[in-house]
Amino acid sequence: MTVTTTRPARPPQLMAALRRVTGDEKHAPAAISTLDVLWVLYDRVLRVDPDRADDPDRDRFLLSKGHGPAAFYAVLATTGFIPLDWLDDLAGPDSRLGHHPDRMLVPGVEISSGSLGHGLPIAVGTALGLRAQGLTRPHVYVLVGDAELDEGSNHEAIAYAGATGLDNLTVVVVDNQSATHGWPGGIGVRFAANGWAASTVDGRDHEELAAALPVRWPGRPSVVVARVEPYGQE
Amino acid sequence: MRDTFIRTTGALLDDDPRTAVVIADISAAQFAAVARAHPDRFINVGIREQLMVSVAGGLALTGLRPYVHSYAPFLVDRAYEQIKLDLDHQGVGAVLVSIGASYDASEEGRTHQSPGDVALIDSLDGAWTVHVPGHPDEVPRLLRAAATHDDPVYVRLSSQTNTTGYPDATGLRVLRRGRAATVVAVGPMLDPVLAATEGLDVTVAYTHTPRPFDTAGLRAVTGDAVLLVEPYLAGTSARVVADALADRPHRLLSLGVTRTDLRRYGTPADHQRWHGLDPVALRQKLTEFAGPRL
Repeated sequence: MTVTTTRPARPPQLMAALRRVTGDEKHAPAAISTLDVLWVLYDRVLRVDPDRADDPDRDRFLLSKGHGPAAFYAVLATTGFIPLDWLDDLAGPDSRLGHHPDRMLVPGVEISSGSLGHGLPIAVGTALGLRAQGLTRPHVYVLVGDAELDEGSNHEAIAYAGATGLDNLTVVVVDNQSATHGWPGGIGVRFAANGWAASTVDGRDHEELAAALPVRWPGRPSVVVARVEPYGQE
Repeated sequence: MRDTFIRTTGALLDDDPRTAVVIADISAAQFAAVARAHPDRFINVGIREQLMVSVAGGLALTGLRPYVHSYAPFLVDRAYEQIKLDLDHQGVGAVLVSIGASYDASEEGRTHQSPGDVALIDSLDGAWTVHVPGHPDEVPRLLRAAATHDDPVYVRLSSQTNTTGYPDATGLRVLRRGRAATVVAVGPMLDPVLAATEGLDVTVAYTHTPRPFDTAGLRAVTGDAVLLVEPYLAGTSARVVADALADRPHRLLSLGVTRTDLRRYGTPADHQRWHGLDPVALRQKLTEFAGPRL
């Protein structure tokens, strides 16, 4: 088996969708830090289906880092959750797509986000709720940014999920080194201190992402740190 | 009221597999048996009130009905953005149940007091129901009713209680009829109001549910003068009463807890007096307000 570790081509239809959201800029869309993580999740990892978007047994993907959702909308359109023509009117007066996603307006969006530090704590509740109802198949994924980890609410969630072994929860940290004071020792270490299983991958490498994201650790929540170019140096 | 809450909620967890309880250490000892009986649906997150409310939002997103409990300042004031975003903005509800109220913890100081909780809830989406029971007998029915739907509910429990409970006082319940003015007492303010109005020619109406406010009931019993007495921030319901009576000339005086940080300890009765909510002060204010009619 040949494993490609160089950057695989992103599908043309995804990039076309992205250009519709961002207004056809040549460079900016490809530099979006979350683009590859989102695509690999929806293309290869998540058990979600636009025709059964409310299926109780679906995986849950929570985009906590709600700002700059262009890549998220492009992925949702490419995978059939929303019509492509919704992409042409970002944040217009009649648009369902704003600069922060609203779950009440957009099919397939599990949480409304924007204010940082809410997605991971909500994901803990979602994981507990699924477990309490005996729903053992669904897995909860939440995407946060490295700078977003500055918000203290995340650390309440990290400590609690680790202490209680919430193993139906995976956090993906897209790390573009934009936290003002950094994470000395590394982001994975911060989670591991509370008992999480941590791995670090190249956030642009689809094979590495596809290998790391589905890994489960019985009795432990997981974190995958997806490193991309430092913010401002894309 | 807290004991009634714990008994009723424990029974709800037994009866209804959709219900869950989330706490942040407060009342953990009292809930110990409930926690053992329902390890999956009784969740103590430790001293993490932001997480407590966010977890409730996540539980509700999976279809459960969470009851969330702490001291009022930690549940509402501290976790306000989580209530706004992780419940309201997600389009899900929960049943928030606080203890401590405005000055039950008079000896603990300002950090343990939340006179502004109902005003904060009032700043949210209008779908909220707010219960401010004045007697333990009123509590079980309110908690059980909240399990039958998914809308947001705030239940404000207090150690200050009236002599008599009126479980059916969801709308305004008229306890006395008179001509000079209508005095509306919310929750634990009823006993001070009854004492203050003894022998005066006024209507006294009571409710344990200020949201939604019984505006139709108010219009039915009110002439042109309303004295509103609430156990939380003064004026919290003034907007609602003014709107209800917008089409008729009227006068309104709204009494409640003042905005002053007293920086004093003492008993709840002391705080009631310092905020001008004891029977003597209430009678004096009513006399000035209703004047020669009395």
